[in-house]
Amino acid sequence: MELTGAQALVKSLEMEGVEVIFGLPGGAILPVYDPILDSPIRHILVRHEQGAGHMAEGYAQATGRPGVAMVTSGPGATNVVTPLADAYMDSIPLVCVSGQVATSAIGTDAFQESDTTGITLGVTKHNWLVTDAADIPQVVREAFHIATTGRPGPVLIDFPKDVANSTMEWYWPDGVDLPGYQPPSHADPAAIRAAAALVLAAERPVIYAGGGILKSRASEVLRELVDLTGIPVVTTLMARGAFPDSHPLSLGMPGMHGNFTAVTSMQKADLLLALGSRFDDRVTGKVSAFAPGAKVVHVDIDKAEIGKVRRPEVGILADCRLAIEALVEEIRAFGPIDHSRLAPWIATLRRWQAEFPCTYDRHEPASTGSAGSGASRRPTLKPQFVIETLRALTPPDTILVSGVGQHQMWASQYWSFEYPNTWVNSGGLGTMGFAVPAAIGAKVGRPDRMVWAVDGDGCFQMTAQELATATAERIPVKIAILNNAYLGMVRQWQHMFYEERYSEVYLSPDLPDYVGWAESMGCIGLRVESPEEVTPAIEKANEIDDRPVVIDFRTDSMEQVFPMVPAGASNDDIVVYQSQGTSDAEALQ
Amino acid sequence: MSPDQMAYGPRHRLLSVLVENKAGVLARVAGLFSRRGYNIYSLAVAPTDDERFSRISIVVDVESSPLEQVVAQLDKLINVVEIGELHPDEAREAELLLVSVSADAGQRSQVIQLVGVFSGRIVDVGQDAITVMVAGTPESIDDFENLMRPYGIAGLQRTGRIALPKLDEKSASGAATPAANIA
Ligand SMILES: Cc1ncc(C[n+]2csc(CCOP(=O)(O)OP(=O)(O)O)c2C)c(N)n1
Ligand SMILES: [Mg+2]
Repeated sequence: MELTGAQALVKSLEMEGVEVIFGLPGGAILPVYDPILDSPIRHILVRHEQGAGHMAEGYAQATGRPGVAMVTSGPGATNVVTPLADAYMDSIPLVCVSGQVATSAIGTDAFQESDTTGITLGVTKHNWLVTDAADIPQVVREAFHIATTGRPGPVLIDFPKDVANSTMEWYWPDGVDLPGYQPPSHADPAAIRAAAALVLAAERPVIYAGGGILKSRASEVLRELVDLTGIPVVTTLMARGAFPDSHPLSLGMPGMHGNFTAVTSMQKADLLLALGSRFDDRVTGKVSAFAPGAKVVHVDIDKAEIGKVRRPEVGILADCRLAIEALVEEIRAFGPIDHSRLAPWIATLRRWQAEFPCTYDRHEPASTGSAGSGASRRPTLKPQFVIETLRALTPPDTILVSGVGQHQMWASQYWSFEYPNTWVNSGGLGTMGFAVPAAIGAKVGRPDRMVWAVDGDGCFQMTAQELATATAERIPVKIAILNNAYLGMVRQWQHMFYEERYSEVYLSPDLPDYVGWAESMGCIGLRVESPEEVTPAIEKANEIDDRPVVIDFRTDSMEQVFPMVPAGASNDDIVVYQSQGTSDAEALQ
Repeated sequence: MSPDQMAYGPRHRLLSVLVENKAGVLARVAGLFSRRGYNIYSLAVAPTDDERFSRISIVVDVESSPLEQVVAQLDKLINVVEIGELHPDEAREAELLLVSVSADAGQRSQVIQLVGVFSGRIVDVGQDAITVMVAGTPESIDDFENLMRPYGIAGLQRTGRIALPKLDEKSASGAATPAANIA
């Protein structure tokens, strides 16, 4: 069967089981958009290619399947660089197809030419420039294989127009031929034995669960390990949902804005079981002062992560799920475990949890006159209260998406995650503008779930145009803007570290008019200014299932995220909420 | 760079990297080094006897980043098939030098004599300069270069070092230390 390169590409995507493509056409990718008309694959037309990339990421994070984006050459390709970089940082499987000028024109500064493989070299796991239509099925197979196996990540296929228009004899390859790519799978039994010995000897162990738990679908076996050993668990920003927050041994999120107990448990631990986590600087704080008394067992599928930041006592190069399964089996062989050995440690953690919960002042009156005269007696709307209420009014398996900033940290702190793949956020790159398109992608992947985005007013303005996409495609996502009229996280740093000299962080609460803007894009727009309006607005939003909803929550501009470990400081210098006084981590032992 | 920094020393390690012979592979390797802040001291690339593969010999400066990390990151490149570290005492190393030396009729015989000592070859002769090719161990190339310097060097090009494991080491341990397996 003879096919054009473009037809072969679309057919190859069908062979890979692709159900949806997020994209936007243009000159160089035109040939591919013709066979898309005849394909069962759904295409979602975005308003900006960055939106296509983040939608594909949201789809991938919510489903565990690779997301697919399609863009044209030149500006189309450069617009998708941010999502590729984002997916690279957070190990999200993504396949991006970009149009390219004809091979004969490459290198001539042709119209809409850009060196896309060169530009994306450092932000993809691998990329290809296809120069022969006969290579297409092979390249597509390799692309999906590489994106989804080992440490997942984004890949890009650059597809010149003449290759798309030329013909090839269709085939589907049996497999891939990648002599330089053999992702690890099973753990070395000797390393597992060594890890088990450390686990059984530890008195203050902590499981430091990272995004690798979700990528390897290890949530269930992680729970088995915890129930077997009685070891408490911290879940990093990328791992929220990998272990249920309602579990008695869940300590929540560690790191710069982690809760006191999660942060301090690692500092005081004698054993850290790092499972699919990478000792990110936002988690460790000052590395030389991080978890000084802990031995480390580090399981990772990426060899370069083992020992990159902290040299482990036991490094285990393996798929996280397979390694945890082996560890559970090894520990079971020792017979029943006496959890009472850990009782003093658990008691200490409980005491910290009681003394230093994440908290805020629920009844603080408005401190600014921004809401007009007479408003000063009204309690201000606290962003944390909005998130707590949202959590209470939505199903446990709701998918929560967030932007980047204060609202993201509050979302992670105050939401209680019960299931894997229910938290979609930009952790490593910290990409403002992620939430709206990622929520759309998540809802496309999981139409059965309620999908809420908690977004900042600054972030929302970066990619809100995709709500037009959502309306047009009938994707009923719900967006809660925590509108504090500021680039709040930057404001907080200026407050704390630049003597309250606020430089270029004010946005205004009502420019733009978020409700009017939402309605202009076919969404329902609601505005909430006081605590008592929160519940009715959320209830109303929850009932709407035929179009997107945007709620403009006018929240307290002054609110800050606590706890906080200042950048570069030791985790021992964690700053807790003011009413909790100063914590003296040393004295707590 | 001071001459001292330029000299191959203990902070330099030689990696022998087998890569798939595909377009852009060198850019991937070089791009990795630059974006992760690793320093390359020298680099030589050439096809192997199997046309599907090329061998890149890279001398890495391990002052700034541990070799283990460099190797692990390199190994993640899809087109990198195999990485071996060659210890200087376990390897046969070689380098090629082309140098144009100012040498008038009076000095020419001295230069030619030195070329003979280093088993070099004169590849071009001009009015007051000659171009010489010398192959040898990198250290002998260093020596030769230093000896030529007083005459005046008009142009110089070195290939960077290439290497293979010594045969006796090879039969003992199989091949170059598979650096990709350093745990
Ligand atoms: C694309 C991009 N530009 C700049 C930043 C730096 N940055 C981090 S948080 C933040 C403020 C975000 O403001 P907003 O969306 O209103 O969230 P808030 O912190 O107020 O909750 C900025 C500017 C970023 N993370 N991403
Ligand atoms: Mg804001």
